[in-house]
Amino acid sequence: MEVVTENFDVFVEGLRRTVELSTLSFLIAFVIGIVVAGMRVSPVPPLRWSAATYVELVRNTPLLVLMFVFFFGFPSIGLRYSAFTSAIVVLSAYTGTFVAETVRSGINAVSRGQAEAARSIGLTFPQVLRIVVLPQALRTVVGPLGGIFIALLKNSSLAVVIGVGELTSAAEHVGTDTARFIPAYLGAAAAYLMLTVPSGFAVGWLERRVAIKR
Amino acid sequence: MSGGGTAPFLADDLGPRGRRITNIATVVSGVALVAVVAVAVNRLAARGQFDAARWEPFTQWPVWRFFLLGLRTTVTAAVLAMVGAMAIGALMALARLSRARLVRWLATAYVEFFRGIPLVLLIFFSAFGLPRYGLRWSLFTYLVLGLVIYNSAVLGEIFRAGILSLDRGQSEAAYSVGLGYWQTMMFVVIPQAARRMIPAIVSQLVTLLKDTSLGSAIALTELLRRGRLNGEFFGNPLQSLFVVAMIYIVVNFTLSRVARRLEVRQRRRYGAGRIAVAGIEDLALLQAQDGGPEQDR
Repeated sequence: MEVVTENFDVFVEGLRRTVELSTLSFLIAFVIGIVVAGMRVSPVPPLRWSAATYVELVRNTPLLVLMFVFFFGFPSIGLRYSAFTSAIVVLSAYTGTFVAETVRSGINAVSRGQAEAARSIGLTFPQVLRIVVLPQALRTVVGPLGGIFIALLKNSSLAVVIGVGELTSAAEHVGTDTARFIPAYLGAAAAYLMLTVPSGFAVGWLERRVAIKR
Repeated sequence: MSGGGTAPFLADDLGPRGRRITNIATVVSGVALVAVVAVAVNRLAARGQFDAARWEPFTQWPVWRFFLLGLRTTVTAAVLAMVGAMAIGALMALARLSRARLVRWLATAYVEFFRGIPLVLLIFFSAFGLPRYGLRWSLFTYLVLGLVIYNSAVLGEIFRAGILSLDRGQSEAAYSVGLGYWQTMMFVVIPQAARRMIPAIVSQLVTLLKDTSLGSAIALTELLRRGRLNGEFFGNPLQSLFVVAMIYIVVNFTLSRVARRLEVRQRRRYGAGRIAVAGIEDLALLQAQDGGPEQDR
């Protein structure tokens, strides 16, 4: 295992990038998800259709295809971004669809009477959503949202294919340099587990704290 | 307002004022949507992305044959991996519910380890690491191996959640009529649990099918890699990737629909409320089942 200790800084740098990629993408995906879920339950047909189209198209395309389209395809129409920016955009757009679907299922779980009562006291649709329905919906889907974050932590590894220096690519580098792939991959695996396992516990704890009894 | 099952409940029965606001919002957002599409199309056209030369290859059968052979590799890998992962996943689920502590502990370690690391790492490990131990197989085998191990951990959790979701009274009743542990599992618990899990399994198949695209990262010529090769050959990367994306979308969208239909039918027939399949990936899916919202649609 001295391969890992000798190249410790490479792994730490990779870990930092992975954390950066995941947290930034999750924040953006969270905003996208809430907006898109709101659009999908809105009474305005064009908003509903465009939101549904986005979700179905992006969700059903492999993340790697999206990466390639954005990083290798878009330069031919004059859209050229750094590997890191591309990874953030693609990861957020992809994860945003899952957040949207989850939030929507949370909205569906809020009982009908809540929205009706809110409307009856004169709140408009955006107010009903923002003040009454979304806070309850989000509390019910804390668990699944945490799961999406963990999936995102792991999905961020795909940024290796466009050359972002995150954990997986750190392992790749160290493996190639030292010709000892197995310890290098095991080192990265351990680092990923250090992120995903505690995240799982944190999500469970948060979920119990905010849970609503229905 | 608009009837049918898809009408969102937050918006039904609007008053005159609400209807007016909705109409205005419809026009404004409609115009905005058209504008966005127009700008995008304009940009694509200005850069010559609609030129016949870039699309002409897709009128030729050999090009489609090239893509469809890739799709065959993709689907074969997905099906093989699914079968393998289900077998191992079932074993893991049973092992985690076992009464022997060591068995339980080993299965938990397996599941937690492989569920917690990225699939790419696992596939790289098998493709670049195993040959150093003299295990020289085809790229296809490495991909399937990685997929089987990863998905067996995920499916193991799905199976366990399915078994645990079953009412305790079922197994208690089975024990009370004198069935043993294995008989109870085989004849009472598993058949019922399996039926409940079908939608979740189909949904996981969508994720698995998308994940086969990782094969292109180890240079296996499956669908995605063929798309990139085609794009390099004809100088139309965007168009080739677009066609590839469309193939994935058609296949996966169909599978998602099947999953949803199965789920609805399941709900109607058995009232199984806990297995919620909204296409949420991996762990999110499991957590939604484990402790998530009871969806009443």
